[in-house]
Amino acid sequence: MQMSQTSPGNLTAADVLDAYFLEARARLIELAATLDRIDRAAGSQAVQSDARLKFIHDSLQTLQRTQPGRAKAVQELYSLK
Amino acid sequence: MFFIDPHIHMVSRTMADYEMLALSGVVAVSEPAFWAGFDRSPAGFVDYFRQLTEFEPRRAAQFGIQHYSWICLNPKEAEDLGKAREVLAEIPKFLSCPSVLGIGEIGLNKNTPNEAKVFQQHVQIAIDAASQGPPGSKHALILIHTPHLEDKLKGTRMILEMLRDFGSAIDPARVLIDHVEEHTIELVKDAGYWAGMTIYPISKATPARAVDMIEMYGPQRLCVNAAADWGISDPLNTHRTMLEAQRRGHQLPELLQVFHNNPAEFFGQNPKFTVKPLTVQPAA
Ligand SMILES: [Zn+2]
Repeated sequence: MQMSQTSPGNLTAADVLDAYFLEARARLIELAATLDRIDRAAGSQAVQSDARLKFIHDSLQTLQRTQPGRAKAVQELYSLK
Repeated sequence: MFFIDPHIHMVSRTMADYEMLALSGVVAVSEPAFWAGFDRSPAGFVDYFRQLTEFEPRRAAQFGIQHYSWICLNPKEAEDLGKAREVLAEIPKFLSCPSVLGIGEIGLNKNTPNEAKVFQQHVQIAIDAASQGPPGSKHALILIHTPHLEDKLKGTRMILEMLRDFGSAIDPARVLIDHVEEHTIELVKDAGYWAGMTIYPISKATPARAVDMIEMYGPQRLCVNAAADWGISDPLNTHRTMLEAQRRGHQLPELLQVFHNNPAEFFGQNPKFTVKPLTVQPAA
């Protein structure tokens, strides 16, 4: 099944940004703080190669994509192959 | 575990909230004057100040909670200088009410020149209050709101600058600057002020980030509140922050310091505040 590009209800892109920007901002700050927390903790060097940390960094790359399908791509990154 | 909630707007909360606070170990609450969601008339402010000083202490007492308050015209309504003048003229007489701890929450909202002017006028009222007391009295305690979101950094800098301009008339140990976050906490603590962290959905800190800040900047001169009001907010976010700290292995004396003793120490600079800091001692 092909992902459909129908619009979210009757919202315009500006409406969506209005509705979800602050939530997205809060989640970015939370993620930044989580990464800082890992760095501050004992043994932070040892987990730098942990697959979960790599997942976070790879996900951030995926968010930089300019075409839709980011959520699906992040889910696939996290899925057992 | 005992808590002092250093910043909560109980006029917007129900008796069920008072009961929940009592059940969850809150022994005292401090309620700064704030925005009602709509702009009031000067007469409306006087009614509000009476609600804060007469009605809320009675509601709280039904649950064994001590209720304290702070009086001011909030920054969101400071744009109308005429109204501000009328409201500010009412403040000194409320400062002498038995449960009023000081001036607050003053501050900035959109960092406008009028907001700054009214902020400075409030600080002057706090300073003038010293001359009303016995010789040697210090300026009234001050509780400061910092702006939200993209206005916070600039607004915090402006507030610190304005306070600095008052020179030795302002004692940083008698001022708490609230709603600090990662980008403002250092500015506030380095200048010697008390700092408040607010755990509020979406727009402010979260329990995990607040505990991060306690760890990174130390628990000294730091308070945690939920600033629960008429918005989507939750008084128990203070408690959730305590649980997050506990989960990370922070011990009872430190938890007690942040959630009970720090507010007791800051507010206790006004002798009207009678809740004393507690120490933990295992039975012999
Ligand atoms: Zn508030």
